[in-house]
Amino acid sequence: MRLIVNGEEYHLDAATLADAMTKLDFEGGWLVTAVNGELVHRQDRAGHRLTEGDRIEILSPMQGG
Amino acid sequence: MISLYGSEIGSRLLLGTARYPSPAVLEQSVRRSGTEIVTVSLRRETAGGKAGGAFFEMIKSLGVRVLPNTAGCHSASEAVLTARMARELFDTDWIKLEVIGHHDTLQPDVFALVEAARILCADGFKVFPYTTDDLVVAERLLEAGCQVLMPWCAPIGSAIGPVNIMALKAMRAHFPDVPLIVDAGIGRPSHAAMVMELGYDAVLLNTAVAGAGDPAAMAEAFAKAIDAGRGAWLAGLLEPRDLAVPSTPVIGKAVFS
Repeated sequence: MRLIVNGEEYHLDAATLADAMTKLDFEGGWLVTAVNGELVHRQDRAGHRLTEGDRIEILSPMQGG
Repeated sequence: MISLYGSEIGSRLLLGTARYPSPAVLEQSVRRSGTEIVTVSLRRETAGGKAGGAFFEMIKSLGVRVLPNTAGCHSASEAVLTARMARELFDTDWIKLEVIGHHDTLQPDVFALVEAARILCADGFKVFPYTTDDLVVAERLLEAGCQVLMPWCAPIGSAIGPVNIMALKAMRAHFPDVPLIVDAGIGRPSHAAMVMELGYDAVLLNTAVAGAGDPAAMAEAFAKAIDAGRGAWLAGLLEPRDLAVPSTPVIGKAVFS
């Protein structure tokens, strides 16, 4: 399945958002996720089914002004 | 003490965490500034990346409140989603709302700002809007539910200092009970003192500290200037006048001829 993760294209076999994150080595309690412009809460990642072409954003804390 | 959305804050200096030469210098600067609130942001993580986690741990160890921002957002929808992601990530309903409208000046898009503020306030956020010194926009932000206003005094990172004192004064006069924080444009401690002397409640700094030769020492210098400006405002400043006024009383002066 084709997924866009943080602006990059990936071809992955991942049923859920949690699967995709594990396969792409995104791990850590400091990550926050959105799919197609909607926040997906941490506790919902395992149940969030992905579909072809989904746009996934995985963000983490950063310095800011 | 300054009351921001019901939280009593001792320091009137809010400090950004970006552009320091190293995490250690950032940490020293936060400590020497005496700040109780630091701004942070969110960015895309790289696969296998650990940088965000390390930064987060360091910030948590400082024991200060975090005020996440929506820096870099150019539309209301982008800012709203970023705010919601920040709420989950940093576990706070505080958000410094920035919606940039102009590439060169980083001037806020005040129309999108008001729209985003309305959505976020209705969603339970405590919004700290980065805005201009426009009174009408300020009114709209308050109507949207904001209880704090953060006008710029010059473009972000410019270090120019207050360019429109009249507008800042008008804002203070029109909103005597709203916490007003000057966000953006401050370059020197004297600029910070100047806006505090106008009755502003606090100052948010980043580049002026992070870009200094010795950021931690500058953080402390700013803290002192902010205290001095606040003290002057409370003490009641003498207004300038056109003519000289003798400081030594003339009554009872000896007449020699």
